[in-house]
Amino acid sequence: MKKKSKKDRTESVEKVKISPAETKLEDRRTFLRKVWKGLGAIAALEVVSVFFGFLFSGKEEDVESTTKQIFEAGNVSSFQPDTVTAFRGGRFYLARLEDGGFMALSLRCTHLGCSIIWEDAKKNFICPCHSSAFGINGEVKNPPAPAALDYYPVIIENGKVKVDIGTRLTRSRFNKSQVEYA
Amino acid sequence: MQSSVNNTKPKRFSGILLHLHPQLINERALIFNRTFGLGGMAALLIVLQFITGIMLRLYYEPFPQKAYDSIIFLQSNVLFGQLIRNIHHWSGVFLIIIAFLHLLRVFFTGGYQSSRKVNWIIGLVLLLLIIGSNFTGYLLPWDQLAYWAVTVGTSLFEYIPFIGTTLKQLMLAGDEVNAQTLLIFYNFHTAVFPILLLLLMAYHFWRVRKAGGIILPNKDEGKKTVPTFPNLVYKEFVVALALIAVILTFSLFFSAPLLTKANPDFSLNPTKAPWYFAGIQELLMHFHPFIAAFFIPALIVISLLVLPFLKNNEVHNGVWFFSEEAKAAAKFSAYSALTITPVLIVMNEYLPKLDTLLPSINSFLTNGLMPLIILLLIIWLYYKFVSKKYELSQIGKVQTMFVFITTAFIVLTIIGIFFRGVDMKLAFPWNL
Repeated sequence: MKKKSKKDRTESVEKVKISPAETKLEDRRTFLRKVWKGLGAIAALEVVSVFFGFLFSGKEEDVESTTKQIFEAGNVSSFQPDTVTAFRGGRFYLARLEDGGFMALSLRCTHLGCSIIWEDAKKNFICPCHSSAFGINGEVKNPPAPAALDYYPVIIENGKVKVDIGTRLTRSRFNKSQVEYA
Repeated sequence: MQSSVNNTKPKRFSGILLHLHPQLINERALIFNRTFGLGGMAALLIVLQFITGIMLRLYYEPFPQKAYDSIIFLQSNVLFGQLIRNIHHWSGVFLIIIAFLHLLRVFFTGGYQSSRKVNWIIGLVLLLLIIGSNFTGYLLPWDQLAYWAVTVGTSLFEYIPFIGTTLKQLMLAGDEVNAQTLLIFYNFHTAVFPILLLLLMAYHFWRVRKAGGIILPNKDEGKKTVPTFPNLVYKEFVVALALIAVILTFSLFFSAPLLTKANPDFSLNPTKAPWYFAGIQELLMHFHPFIAAFFIPALIVISLLVLPFLKNNEVHNGVWFFSEEAKAAAKFSAYSALTITPVLIVMNEYLPKLDTLLPSINSFLTNGLMPLIILLLIIWLYYKFVSKKYELSQIGKVQTMFVFITTAFIVLTIIGIFFRGVDMKLAFPWNL
C-alpha cells in the first residue's frame, strides 16, 4: 500500500512538467483564481458596508434632529434671581443667576448620565449616583464629574423665556457668554 | 486491550455523556478538590439559564410600555412565574461567581500553559460573554434599578478613547436608554450571546479533552485508569443535584428585585451599577472616569490575555499554588491587599482631594493621572518588597501579584455593594 502511493506521487510530479498546452492551462487557472479572490474581497466589503449601514441608519434621532424644538418656560418676571425651576417635561432646569441672567441646564450629570437634583438649602445640584455637585451655573463644585453641566440656548422674546431643547451644548467650564440676559 | 475497553463500554444514556468525557480517565483526576467541579457547575448553570430563559420569553414583552407590566403579570398570575424568574436571577448571579472561581482554580493550578493557552483565552472570552449576558439582562425588567444601572453602565463606555461615544450611541441607539435600547439588549440577551456562548462552550470542552483532560501534577506519576461511567459521571451528578438544590433554596426564600417602573427623570439615590461592576463603580469614586472605567479594567483584561504568553521556563503543572514558598507569598499578598485597600479608600474619602486643593489644574491630571501614579507606585513598591521577602521564581511572582490585585478588586467590589449608602457615602451595611 505505502509503496504504491509513493509511486503515485512521483508520477504526478512528473506530469506537471509536460507540454506547453498544460502551462497555458495553468496560467488560465491562476488567473481565474485571482478573479475569484478579487470577487470575494468585493463581496466581503459589500457585506461589511451593508452591516454598518444597517447599524447606523434608521434611528429615530436622525429623523428629528433637524427640527428646532422650542420650549416656552414662562414670563421673565416669574423667575426670581438666585432660584432654580425644574422643567421635567423639557428635561432641563431653568436657573436664574444672582445677577438676573438665565441658563437652561441639562438634567444629565456629566459623569455617568444620572439625573441631578437641585438642593435649595445648599444651592447646589447634586448627582445621586456618585455625589458630584454643581453650582447654580452648572460649574463643578465637587468631583467626580469631569465637566460643567450641558446647557440649552435660552431665547428671551417679548418678556418670555424660551428654551431651544433640540440643541444641547457641551462645555468644560462655565463662562459668562453662556448666560442670557433679559 | 480491545476486550477490556469493550467490557467497560457504557450503553444508551451514559453513552451520550461520554461525548464530553473519554471512556477511561486517570484515577487521580477524580479527586474533588482538584477542580471543585467548578467548570461543570458553570455549564450546568448555563443550561438552567437556557431553560428558564426560554420560559420567561413566553411571557416577556420587550417594549417600554409593556415590559414592566409583563413581569408583574408573570409574577402574580403565572403558576411558578415568580419562582422561574428567581431561578433565572440567582443562576445568573451564581454563574458569574462560579465562572470567576473557575478562572481562579485554573490560574492557581497552572492550567493556562502549553497546550492549554488557547483554552485560557476562550475561557476569558466566555467570562466576558457571561458578563455581557448578565448586563443585557439587567435592563429587561425596565424598573428603576434596571434603567439607572444600565444608564450608568453604558455611560462608562463614553470614556473609551476615540470610539467610546460612537460605541455607546450604537448600544443605546441614541443618547439615553430608550425603546430601541430595550430591543437591542433583548436581542443580545436572548439570541446573540446565548448562541456565542453555546458555540464557544463546545469548543472549550473539546480543547479540554484535546489537552488530555483536567490538569494533573507530574510527580507521583500514577497512571491507573478507571471507567468514566460510573466513577466520574456519578460524582458530577451529585454536584449537579447539590447545586440545583442550592439555587432552588435561594429562589424560594429570596425574590429577584423589582422596584417601581423606570422613570428617566428621577435617579435612585444611591444609583448603583450591577453588582459585578461594583468594583469599577468604587474605582469611579476615586479616579477620573477614563482611569477607572477604561484604563484599569483594560489593563486587567490585557494582563489576563497575555498571561499564557509570558516568557517563562518553568512549568506550573497542576499543583495548587505552585510551591510552598509561592503559596506563603500568595497568602501574605491576600492579607496585605485586604488591609491596604480599605485604608486607601477611607483615606481618599475623608482627606481633602487633590482636585479641590488644586482647582485650577485640569481634573484629568489631579483626579486621574496623579492618583494613578500613586497607585502604580504602591503596587511597584509592594512588588519589590514581596519579591525580596520571599525570593520567588517568576511563576511565584506573577501569582503573588495576581493575588494582590484580585484581592484588592474583590475588596472594592464588596465595599461598592455593601458599604455605599445615600449619596454614595461610606456607610455600614446595617445603616443602608
